[in-house]
Amino acid sequence: MPTIKSIDDLKRIREEALKKQEMKSASGQKQIIVGMGTCGIAAGARDTMKAILEKIEKDNLSGIIVTQTGCIGVCEMEPIVQVQIGDGPKVTYGKVSKDIAARIVDEHVLAGNIVKEHMVNI
Amino acid sequence: MKELSLHLLDIAENSINANASHVTICIDENTLEDRLTMSVKDNGHGMTPEMALRIVDPFTTSRTTRKVGLGIPLLKAAAEMCNGFLKINSQPGEGTELIVQFQRSHIDRMPLGDMAGTILHLVVGSPTTHWTFKYKVNDTNFEFDDQIIKAELDGIPLSEPMVLSFIRNEISNGINNISINEY
Repeated sequence: MPTIKSIDDLKRIREEALKKQEMKSASGQKQIIVGMGTCGIAAGARDTMKAILEKIEKDNLSGIIVTQTGCIGVCEMEPIVQVQIGDGPKVTYGKVSKDIAARIVDEHVLAGNIVKEHMVNI
Repeated sequence: MKELSLHLLDIAENSINANASHVTICIDENTLEDRLTMSVKDNGHGMTPEMALRIVDPFTTSRTTRKVGLGIPLLKAAAEMCNGFLKINSQPGEGTELIVQFQRSHIDRMPLGDMAGTILHLVVGSPTTHWTFKYKVNDTNFEFDDQIIKAELDGIPLSEPMVLSFIRNEISNGINNISINEY
C-alpha cells in the first residue's frame, strides 16, 4: 500500500498555502501551459517544464498554475509555452529552452511584460 | 527520445487524450530474468482490437489518426531491437493497457532516465487525472498514489512551491531507495 511518510507536513503546507492564496487572490490567475505532445516531448518540453517548476520552487513563487496540453499543431516551434494572466490574451512562445522559460517567468508572469522576441503567432 | 521515462510521458499523454480519469504506470525491473517491463493502463475511451493493431504501424496511423502519431511505433521499434515486445490490450469503453518489455541488459536499451521528472510532470500538469505509479525492482516496491496528497491538500494547487517540493521529494526518494545504479 502506498503511504505518505509525513502527512503532518502536508497539513502544514496546506495551511501556509491557504494564507498566501488569500493575499494573492486579487491579482488574477496566472497560468502557464506547456505543450506535451510527442513533438514537444521529443523537442525537450519536459526539461522546459522542469525549469519552470524548479524556478517556482527556488524563488518561492505562489499563485501560478502550471498545466500541460497536447500537440497544438506547430510542432516545428516546440517546445511551446503559453502564458495567460487573468482574463488577458493568451501569449504563445516557441522554441522555449530552459533559460528562455526562466526569462518568461520573470518578465511576463511576474512583471507583466511580454517577451516579444520569443513570441510566435499561431 | 533518449530515455524510457520520456516514452512513458508520451504514452501517458495518449491516456489523457482518451479522457482517462485514472492512469496507472508500472515499471518492473527483474535482474534475475533480465527483463524490464513497463505498462500504462488507463480507463479512457479505449479502442477496437483492430485499431490497437493498427496504431503500432507508423504508415497507417500518422495521417488517419493524428491523436496517436509516432510515439507508439518508436517505442515498439526500441523494444524489438532489445529482444522485447510491445502490445496493446484495449476494448472500446473499457480503457487501454500498453505493455512494453526489454531485455534489461541489452546494450541498446535506453536508460530509464528521469522517472521522477516524468511522474511529477503528469501529476502537476494534469491535476484532474488520478495518477498511480508502481515501481518494482526484484523484490522491493515503491508505490505513489496522488489521491492521498490531493485529498489532504483539498483544492490547493499542486504548482504551489511548497507542494512541488513535497511531491518531488516523495517521488524521487521512493525511486532512489530501490533503483539499481546502472550508468
